Amino acid sequence: MGIRFILMVNKQGQTRLAQYYEWLTLEERRALEGEIVRKCLARNEQQCSFVEHRNYKIVYRRYASLFFLVGVDNDENELAILEFIHLLVETMDRHFGNVCELDIMFHLEKAHFMLEEMVMNGSIVETSKANILSPIQLMDKAS
Amino acid sequence: MGSQGGFYQSKEFLDLVKSIGEARSKAEEDRIVLNEIETLKRRISEPDIPKRKMKEYIIRLVYIEMLGHDASFGYIHAVKMTHDDSLLVKRTGYLAVTLFLNEDHDLIILIVNTIQKDLKSDNYLVVCAALNAVCKLINEETIPAVLPQVMELLAHPKEAVRKKAIMALHRFYQKSPSSVSHLVSNFRKRLCDNDPGVMGATLCPLFELIARDVNSYKDLVISFVSILKQVAERRLSKAYDCHQMPAPFIQIKLLKILALLGSGDKQASENMYTVVGDIFRKCDSSSNIGNAVLYECICCVSSIYPNPKLLESAADVISRFLKSDSHNLKYMGIDALGRLIKISPEIAEQHQLAVIDCLEDPDDTLKRKTFELLYKMTKSTNVEVIVDRMIDYMISISDNHYKTEIASRCVELAEQFAPSNQWFIQTMNRVFEHAGDLVNIKVAHSLMRLIAEGFGEDDDNADSKLRSSAVESYLRILGEPKLPSVFLQVICWVLGEYGTADGMFSASDITGKLCDVAEAYSNDETVKAYATTALMKIYAFEIAARRKVDMLPECQSLMEELLASHSTDLQQRAYELQAVIGLDAHAVECIMPSDASCEDIEVDRDLSFLNDYIQEAIEKGAQPYIPESERSGMLNISNFRNQDHHEASSHGLRFEAYELPKPALQSRIPQALIASTEIVPVPEPMYPRESYQTTMPSIPSDAGSAELKLRLEGVQKKWGRPTYTPATSTSNSTSQKTVNGTSQGDGASTVSSMRETYDSRKPQVEVSHEKQKLAASLFGGSSKTEKRPATGHKAAKASSHMVEKSHVPKSSMEVASDKAASAQQPPNLLDLGEPTATSTALQLDPFKQLEGLLDTTEVASAVNGAPAASVSPDIMALYVDTAAGIHNKNDADLLSGLSNPSVTNMPGTTAMPQVTQSSSKRPNPKDSLEKDALVRQMGVNPSSQNPNLFKDLLG
Repeated sequence: MGIRFILMVNKQGQTRLAQYYEWLTLEERRALEGEIVRKCLARNEQQCSFVEHRNYKIVYRRYASLFFLVGVDNDENELAILEFIHLLVETMDRHFGNVCELDIMFHLEKAHFMLEEMVMNGSIVETSKANILSPIQLMDKAS
Repeated sequence: MGSQGGFYQSKEFLDLVKSIGEARSKAEEDRIVLNEIETLKRRISEPDIPKRKMKEYIIRLVYIEMLGHDASFGYIHAVKMTHDDSLLVKRTGYLAVTLFLNEDHDLIILIVNTIQKDLKSDNYLVVCAALNAVCKLINEETIPAVLPQVMELLAHPKEAVRKKAIMALHRFYQKSPSSVSHLVSNFRKRLCDNDPGVMGATLCPLFELIARDVNSYKDLVISFVSILKQVAERRLSKAYDCHQMPAPFIQIKLLKILALLGSGDKQASENMYTVVGDIFRKCDSSSNIGNAVLYECICCVSSIYPNPKLLESAADVISRFLKSDSHNLKYMGIDALGRLIKISPEIAEQHQLAVIDCLEDPDDTLKRKTFELLYKMTKSTNVEVIVDRMIDYMISISDNHYKTEIASRCVELAEQFAPSNQWFIQTMNRVFEHAGDLVNIKVAHSLMRLIAEGFGEDDDNADSKLRSSAVESYLRILGEPKLPSVFLQVICWVLGEYGTADGMFSASDITGKLCDVAEAYSNDETVKAYATTALMKIYAFEIAARRKVDMLPECQSLMEELLASHSTDLQQRAYELQAVIGLDAHAVECIMPSDASCEDIEVDRDLSFLNDYIQEAIEKGAQPYIPESERSGMLNISNFRNQDHHEASSHGLRFEAYELPKPALQSRIPQALIASTEIVPVPEPMYPRESYQTTMPSIPSDAGSAELKLRLEGVQKKWGRPTYTPATSTSNSTSQKTVNGTSQGDGASTVSSMRETYDSRKPQVEVSHEKQKLAASLFGGSSKTEKRPATGHKAAKASSHMVEKSHVPKSSMEVASDKAASAQQPPNLLDLGEPTATSTALQLDPFKQLEGLLDTTEVASAVNGAPAASVSPDIMALYVDTAAGIHNKNDADLLSGLSNPSVTNMPGTTAMPQVTQSSSKRPNPKDSLEKDALVRQMGVNPSSQNPNLFKDLLG
């Protein structure tokens, strides 16, 4: 499975984007988000960017006010996931230009579309920014 | 694109987002969202909403759910939006639907049709959107509806479509492997897609397929190696580069795959050495992604057949990781070290200090990782320090999940490497005291078993010392307030069994304590039950020793209370106790022999002692017994079920595509049924007869355990009159059992008898476990080391500076097989809480069946094609079943083994390497077979040198 979920949370702990690759009910999501956001936000810069939680790991990275959290299986390569987060941010940056929290909020569906291109079935399937963005740009043009 | 939204976002939407963004507390956010829900509920069902507006509403719904509130009132509108012509609107609809619905939601049916239509669209972006939805929304039942189209799309001219189609097929495989098992060769084909993106995506399903069945993909080693080589040589488009690393994510995936394929396979590994060595050299260790690839290389190197040069490179990288200031790299270093020490234990030594630093680090993540490493490095020389540390840490944390894990690890290590019994008991006491209720109940049972069996040394003296020290410590611990229930159960059991054994404590001491326990934990019935049975044992031993029994007053009042208890279990135990006390010494000795918890209790599952009797009856013209499952009429029932099944599925969903994937439908019929319908019919009538004659003695265990699940085939059902036969024999068997029953009074004493049945069952169960065990014994524990690593340093800290590095020789083989053996340990003893009841039922059942059916044999045997003349056709039938089942498996394996290579047509792979590889693999299976034999042996005699009972907790 690899990736179980991807969350974007601001530093107040408010969810800005959530994508799950295994089904959780609304209550489960709420509980899980509360739990791990609390855990990750409490950590400082020097500590590792990985947190073990139940039977999986969370790899997280902070960009300005926004935390990107990715829940992965235990045998996933943490550094690679860290790089994946960076790739996601770079991609959004390329599309929005200096991406910020508000860009994601106002264009939630686009952020999701990018994720849809990058990750399927919990596996990373596309890492070329051009390939990730081309369908979105085509759609923009069409409408 | 400004951050303030595009042209078509309404003021309302902007305001909503702003107010959510500015909310200063969760409560404020909730208020905003609840308000929004009210607004949307009103607005969304208004007629003639323009689609732009609708799209905005749907995104607002997504917000509502994302912030933790229910938006189900709007799901249907999201579904409707997927019908829209505009691509953007459609895709937003699909997105919302995938976020809102799980694959079993009722509304999915409404979407399947749209998906089918969109998969045929000329616009490839529409097709992509539909394929995204397929990956998230299609469940096992709806796979057939879209499968043919997805298959067509695998050859679509657009690479984006091919990629998504592959992932859709991957999803089907994850959901229901059997429905696409005939299509997995497509993954191999797509591996040589011209587009690197498609190839990269194909690695995901291939990784999973290979993880499940390595051997069928050994022929791809060369291809993977050559792809990896090309990637490393920057032959792929620059678009895939990350920080000057060529396609690192593809490299990582390939390294993961190679690690699987090369594991324990020398020849396959040899193909990989060069390319992995190249990557080690080329990787840029200053970037994060470079280190990610390096780490993956280490994982690969430590998984494949060892190569000294690569190990050296790996060790270099590890030491660089550990020396780095970055906690992330330290973490990876510790993890990598844990992998590598299995192969080259000596490298741990040079990193002692770094490891200790990580252990003391305030960062919890790093600390835990280091504990994991220590756990892997534990030897009998360092077990005390490590376990001590672990328990201290366990006490300090509050996360129950991790507490449980670390507790079971402590138990396991203590079990495996305990230097002395004293220490062992103390350690277990600490674990139970602080994490008792978190520890798996099996651990408690194993502890009891261990105290009962001793440490396996044939030294009764040591065993009884162990028990005495246990009893002593338990009596002391009982003074503490609020002990975990599991721990109390152990204490009660041990006190009952051994409390008075060494004469240190009198019966009244022990019974007094036991009564205190029962009183203090009066709302815990399990503890009370254990205490009662312990009391019974103490009194029984007293009576058997011809001592006068004086029941303490508190004990008497306890008994009075229990005799009137609402719990029938407690009541029965109390009555039993009463009955035992009333018996004379001789009788008590028989039913409650002292220190007999390890004695085997033989249960004659086949009731062979009745053979003569049955023979006689048959000679007098009685009909032989036919097991229930074979009796007539079952066919009809199973057919009904089949029909039901078909009907149900056709009721639920009707798609045109339904005719096509027959196999998918069948797959939902329980495995067992398939076996019986497809494989059994022809050979069955002949085969059993012969095998019965020749293999009679070995059958029983098979037959008993094969479970009565199959044989629903080819028999007509008719009910017969009850006959006289079983009356006497039943009473016979029960009387035999009551003897067992009483001595089994408390669950734990049946340990050994249980183990026996489990062992006899093993041959069957193993068919599936075999592979896992094989894998475990091949690479899992195969290189457990004896070298004494970093913790020597800690021992030094603990003041004994001169601790010698004594090596306790224990071959890795032994460890491996121990591990595997422990996996077979009988699970929860409480299953046997009331052995009397279960075993009676087990044995009585056949008679009931016999009763009803003595006169139906003719029909049955006619169908079987052979006149049944023996006592136990059921046994034969079952035997055949299992045989057929096994055959079936083998056949399937062979077939798949055959078909797979034949389907493939890989570039750069010819038939040649395949052949050579398979022959080169040969030594391995042989080795593993030997190991497996050993494992089995160990499983049968678990009281070996190093009883490793807890491995199974750590799957």
